[in-house]
Amino acid sequence: MLIPHPLLGLRDSEEFSYLGDATLLERPDGMAADAPQRFYEYQHLRDNPAGVHRELWFHEQGDRSWLVVTRNTVTHEILGAELARDVKLAMAKGGAA
Amino acid sequence: MRYSGFRVIKEALTGHKGWKPIWRNPDPQPAYDYIIVGGGGHGLATAYYLANTFKKARIAVLEKSWLGSGNIGRNTTIIRSNYMLPGNEPFYEFSMKLWENLEQEFNFNAMVSQRGILNLCHTDAQRDAFRRRGNAMIFAGADAELLDREGVRAMYPWLNFDNARFPIKGGLLQRRAGTARHDGVAWGYARGADRAGVDLIQNCEVTGFRIEGGKLRGVETSRGYIAANKVGVAVAGSSGRVMAQAGMRLPIESHVLQAFVSEGLKPTIDGVITFGAGHFYVSQSDKGGLVFGGDIDGYNSYAQRGNMAVIEDVAQGGMALMPAIGRARLLRVWGGIMDMSMDGSPIIDKTPVEGLYLNAGWCYGGFKATPASGYTFAHLLATDTPHDTAKAYRLDRFERGYPIDEKGMGATPNLH
Repeated sequence: MLIPHPLLGLRDSEEFSYLGDATLLERPDGMAADAPQRFYEYQHLRDNPAGVHRELWFHEQGDRSWLVVTRNTVTHEILGAELARDVKLAMAKGGAA
Repeated sequence: MRYSGFRVIKEALTGHKGWKPIWRNPDPQPAYDYIIVGGGGHGLATAYYLANTFKKARIAVLEKSWLGSGNIGRNTTIIRSNYMLPGNEPFYEFSMKLWENLEQEFNFNAMVSQRGILNLCHTDAQRDAFRRRGNAMIFAGADAELLDREGVRAMYPWLNFDNARFPIKGGLLQRRAGTARHDGVAWGYARGADRAGVDLIQNCEVTGFRIEGGKLRGVETSRGYIAANKVGVAVAGSSGRVMAQAGMRLPIESHVLQAFVSEGLKPTIDGVITFGAGHFYVSQSDKGGLVFGGDIDGYNSYAQRGNMAVIEDVAQGGMALMPAIGRARLLRVWGGIMDMSMDGSPIIDKTPVEGLYLNAGWCYGGFKATPASGYTFAHLLATDTPHDTAKAYRLDRFERGYPIDEKGMGATPNLH
């Protein structure tokens, strides 16, 4: 699989390590009243879709940036990649993730 | 029809005209007491024990494709009970004991071969960890032997004992472990279930659950609605997809695991060897092919194929352990979809929906568990109480903080 890195162009997925579903960027508020329940769901439950999946890849043997890669889990087709930093900043502004 | 040596001789003398198909191919009834979703190893074993051991009737198995078309036909056929944790080891040892009597039990040749499994160790610390695991196995009624370097050399003199990074210092041997004919296991359970009156319904995909007031009424399928009192889902690999239809999110990710077989070779490896440090394990099939594998690819996948980099990694592990296989040609590569759970251990439990039961999260260890998984899931379905050996496999154990994390990796499915 080749990942279209926003800064470096097409890179072999072997340069990356994989973390999982990009919802891991949406860390719950630890001070919320229902924090235990929200952290349980955040850490353990997954949508695990067959089809389009947004996921976190770490460019470990490259520029060490985190990417949000959009990939089809049925065909392994990679549909796009963004810097996780940009995604997170957009989320902080209340924009669409 | 009961199989026996006399039967084979009689058929040989009469032109093999007396053999019959070993299961019926019925249409679904409008209603059943028990529906098992998934006609793979675990689903068929569940139906088998539900009908034969727990004496239940009006049972159907719904399979979206053909029987045994999933991971029961895509694994590397190893059976073993060399786990450590109290939640796991008694369960897998129960499975091992069921394997030992399986063929007599269901009158089908599953080619169960107790040829032994050897886990290699390379450091003093790893040997200590193996000693601890071996003791845990013995406490649970299994067998374990710690071999020193010379003990390993006596079994497999051609291994590379002096690899610079991972010199072989010894190994943990379970002699009762071994291999079985994977398809034969599915066919044996299917035949046994069919003979006990279970309807095995193929090409029947579950497309939804009918749930009223928190209670399950039945399942929507590609062949129409079927009512049921209790539904057990055993579709490892696709658990997330199926349970999403009941509105549930699971502590599971689906990942692809590849396996490999070489061309047929003369008998070389009479047992199973695992080289955990090099992410490689191997056995030799009765046809002579070296059957081997390594790690999962490591990213979410529902494709039954993986990537080249993992093939290369597994081949490198094999070469490091047994340089002789460099001359063997790779014949086939395939992939299967694993339910990778958040702690590396399975789930056999009720769900929040009354009447809906879940058997999932087998990671890449489901084949060896087939008999006990079926037995304990049938126990749960029949009695509404967990079997003694499967009490720890609760769906809510992550929420309560009781994971069964054999490798100590935490909630990272691709590292278990």
